[in-house]
Order: sequence, then C-alpha cells, then structure tokens
Amino acid sequence: MSVLVVVECAEGEVKKSSLEVATYGAKVAAMLGTTATAVAVGEAKAENLAKLGEQGITKVLYDAEPRLKDFVNNAYTKLIATAAGQEGAKVIILANSNIGAAVGSRLSVRLKASLATNVVELPKIDGSNFMVRRGAFSGKAFAEVSLGGDCKIIAVKKNSLEAQHDAGKTAEVVAFVAQLTDADFADAPQQVVMQDQAGGILLPEADRVVSGGRGMKGPENWHLIEDLAKALHAATACSKPVSDVDWRPHHEHVGQTGITVSPNLYIACGISGAIQHLAGVNSSKVIVVINKDPEAPFFKAADYGIVGDVFDVLPKLTAAVKALG
Amino acid sequence: MKFLVCISNVPDTTTKIAFTPDNKEFNKAGVQFVINPWDEYALTRAIELKEAAGSGTVTVLNVGQADTEPNIRKALAIGADDAIRVDAVPQDAYFVAEQIAAIAKEGAYDVILMGKESIDYNGFQVHGMVGEMLGIPTIAPAQKLDMAGNTATLEREIEGGKEIVQVNTPFVASCQQPMCEPRIPNMRGIMTARTKPLKVVPAVGEPARTTVAEFALPPKKQGVKLIDAENAGELIHLLRSEAKVI
Repeated sequence: MSVLVVVECAEGEVKKSSLEVATYGAKVAAMLGTTATAVAVGEAKAENLAKLGEQGITKVLYDAEPRLKDFVNNAYTKLIATAAGQEGAKVIILANSNIGAAVGSRLSVRLKASLATNVVELPKIDGSNFMVRRGAFSGKAFAEVSLGGDCKIIAVKKNSLEAQHDAGKTAEVVAFVAQLTDADFADAPQQVVMQDQAGGILLPEADRVVSGGRGMKGPENWHLIEDLAKALHAATACSKPVSDVDWRPHHEHVGQTGITVSPNLYIACGISGAIQHLAGVNSSKVIVVINKDPEAPFFKAADYGIVGDVFDVLPKLTAAVKALG
Repeated sequence: MKFLVCISNVPDTTTKIAFTPDNKEFNKAGVQFVINPWDEYALTRAIELKEAAGSGTVTVLNVGQADTEPNIRKALAIGADDAIRVDAVPQDAYFVAEQIAAIAKEGAYDVILMGKESIDYNGFQVHGMVGEMLGIPTIAPAQKLDMAGNTATLEREIEGGKEIVQVNTPFVASCQQPMCEPRIPNMRGIMTARTKPLKVVPAVGEPARTTVAEFALPPKKQGVKLIDAENAGELIHLLRSEAKVI
C-alpha cells in the first residue's frame, strides 16, 4: 500500500508545483510507514522523472502514450485510477492545479474516495482519519476538514511547502501501460495554445509577481512593470479593471474572479486593493504595495509599502535590483 | 437545448469573514448572500445561448434551504425559465454533486453549467464529480463556450495557456471570465420572476464524505513597513536581507 503522487510535466520537465506535491506525498508516506510512488502525466522525460528521488519518491510509473502529452480528463483519470489499483494506493496526492483538481474530482467518484482540494498543510493522521487544513473563503480563512473512508485524495495548493532536494537520490522509472483506448481520448483538445509569457515565467507557477493596476494609467506604461519583473525573474499580472479595459490580457488578471496566486513575493503597483483583488493574492508570503494614495486599503494587507508615484518609484526599484547583480 | 445552471448561495464578496464562537460554523449574522460570482457567468451564458438558438430552456438549480430563495428568484429575474431547489444543507461537494447528477439525469438536461468554484468553499470539485457520476465529459474551467447544434466548442484554461475542446451534448462545463458579461436583473425580469415555477425537492443519495471540523482565520499581518519613496531602492535591500524573498 503505497502513496500515489501525480506529477505534472511540461516540455520534459517536472513542474515546480509537482516537486512540492512529490515532497508532500513522500512525507505522508513516511507518516504511514510506506513508500511514495509517482505517476507522470504530460510530456515527461525519463531522466527528469528519475530525479524525483530527490523529493523522496522511490518509483515513477510512466506511460509513454504520446496522446497523454496534452491534458485529457478521461484518459488522465483512467491512467491514475489504474496506477492506484496496481499499487494498491489508498492515498493519492495531486497539485491543486486546473489539471490536478479536475482529475481529482473525477477520481474521487470513481474510487469512492474522500477529497480535499486547496490543501495547505500536511495531514494530521489519526487511525483511518485524515485531518487536513485547506484554504476557504477566497483566502480569507482556513477550514480543518476531516477525510473519512478507505481512500483519500488530497490536492495541494501551490507554494504550501518547500520542495525537498536530497541531491543524488534517484527514483526507479518503470514503464507503465494503462491500456488506454481511443474512447478515453474522446474529449481530447483539438488544439492547445500556449501564451507568450514575458520572460517565459508562467503566472500560476511564479515565485515572484509584479502586478499593475489602474494607477499605471495605460498599457503604454507597462514596460515599467515588465522591466522590474524581468530584473526579478518575476511574472507580470494585473487587476480586474485593467483586464476589463483590455490594457492587459485576461489571463493576467488576479483576484476573486481571476487567477489566485500564492507567490513568495507580490508587488502591487498602482492597485488600490479592493477586497476582490486581495482574495486572489492574500496567501502571498510577502506583499509590497506601491501607491501614491496613503489611504489605499492595500497598505493594510501589505508587509512593505512605498507611498509614492509608481512612475518615479518603479525605475528606482529596477535599478536597485540590477545593482544587486 | 435544455440548460441546467447550478448556482451556489455565498456571502457577498466584500464580507468580513467571521465564525461562531466554537469556530464550527460560518457566522451568518448580518451577512448578505449573493449568487456565487462565477455562477453568474454560467447563468448569463446559458441565457445568451438559448436566445441565440431561439429555442430551449434554462433551469436554475440550487442545493440549499429556504433562505436561498431570494437568490434563486434573482436568477429567474436575470432570465432563467424555471428553478429547482433541493431542500438540504449543502454538506460537501460530493453530496451536492449527487443532487445535481440526479436532477440532470431525471430531466435529461443537455448542458450542465456552473461556476468554476464557489467563493466560500473554493472546492473546484462539483463539476468534475457530476461529470463522472453521469459518465459525461466535464470541461473545467471554461472561459469560452459556443454551441452549434449539439456540438459545443469550449476554451479550457490550463496553466499558461488554453485548450480548444469540442464535445457533444450532454456535457458539464464550469465557467469563468471572460466567457460573457454577467447580466443584472431588469424591472421586467424582476416582475416576471415572481410567477416563474420554483420546485422544491428532497435530497437523495449517500451522506457527505467530508466534514469541516473547525474554521480558522489567517494570522494577522504585522503591519506595513513604509519605505520613503525618495529612497525606494532600500526596499530591494530589505526584500533580500530581511524578508529573504529575492
């Protein structure tokens, strides 16, 4: 009875959030006195999968079916359910991503499992009961949820724990055939369009985010945001009013009805900090607010603040980052 | 085309979150409840698609007690044709999904829409569970939905991009912006909503699989440390030496 961890890969690499998930799974396995096996989805490379040993994974199942490169809900669900059956896994850990959570909910019905998404801490295990802490009320609270039953599925929120790196440890990569048929790929995408991300950093995976609001006065001023983001190796984001008027694309909108981010550093430039915006960013570790209005509500949620004109302050910050070398 | 739109009754987005003294339940005192903002995208898009097709029905479904009816009436005022309320406390995602799946099956709905998650539970679970219970595809989260006959073309958001997916009815989709501009009720809608049918049915299925033992609030922030704008570069040094995030 091992713990099964679902790792998402893209362009051959294991996603950062999946390294965290692998670490989480290995720790749960240790608590249960068993080992953690991973099953890979997406475009994986065997040598990178072997490196999951650094996160404490002992074995990685990899189905080389080429159609698994893109997310296909039914196929992924069957693949993971088959892997869980083969390994006798009663605990499945996934990322709380658009892929992980979507597959998790289907799996929970198929495997008659209890499911918790948006989980932020390791479980407290008491016999067959797991108690997990999950984010609720759009980041404004936590809920301690009891997962009963024989089988449990946990989707771990990004940046909730640090990925462990035990250099030199490797996992055994094992070929795995889930016997997927054409029917399992019936809802396969016709086309996959990846966004052209500034500096190649994906907002949902980013460690650092520089975000602009209406205080930026227009899309022509976004180079100030992008310059600082580039210097910090950060992703760029924006508030809802900015994407509503098409200064920036919708996929950069963070907030209540946009993307939720939880980076280590969130820098808000010219954003007043409406409660709907805070809902998307309030689990960031460190929040910096730059606004010329000292009464902007965002300062109440910030760790660091500068009361000043973004057009004056941003170039200074970019210069200071570059000076760090 | 028969649309089933599932709506959740949630605290208004500006609500200050508080719990009962034993931290077992959300404190509803003085809180205004609204239709879950993401569900508004599902509702408006269903109405738009029905209007574009020139035929069809939009049924709104809520799992909740009688206190959710004002928001069900609001959905009718926005343009849904009729409503069903499953008279039960929505205990967890699995329990709610069972109710939706049972009604979707009984009513032979073609398109089952809801928001990508509720802003109170933030589960992102119900749509996938309903799809699995009914053995039909779920597209979550969908940011675009178009229909041509029985075939839908959707854009599904993935981390860093999107997938274009085509499915035939029946299917489940969970909706998010920028799918449409959510509508607000007009006076005529509000008047006609009063007489639209709202059916109340009992819950079915197995009990919940998960229970909330306790709620907690996040630790309070220490308070903001202000840096003089003239000396803005100092912030970068603090982020490295003190906060250790760069």
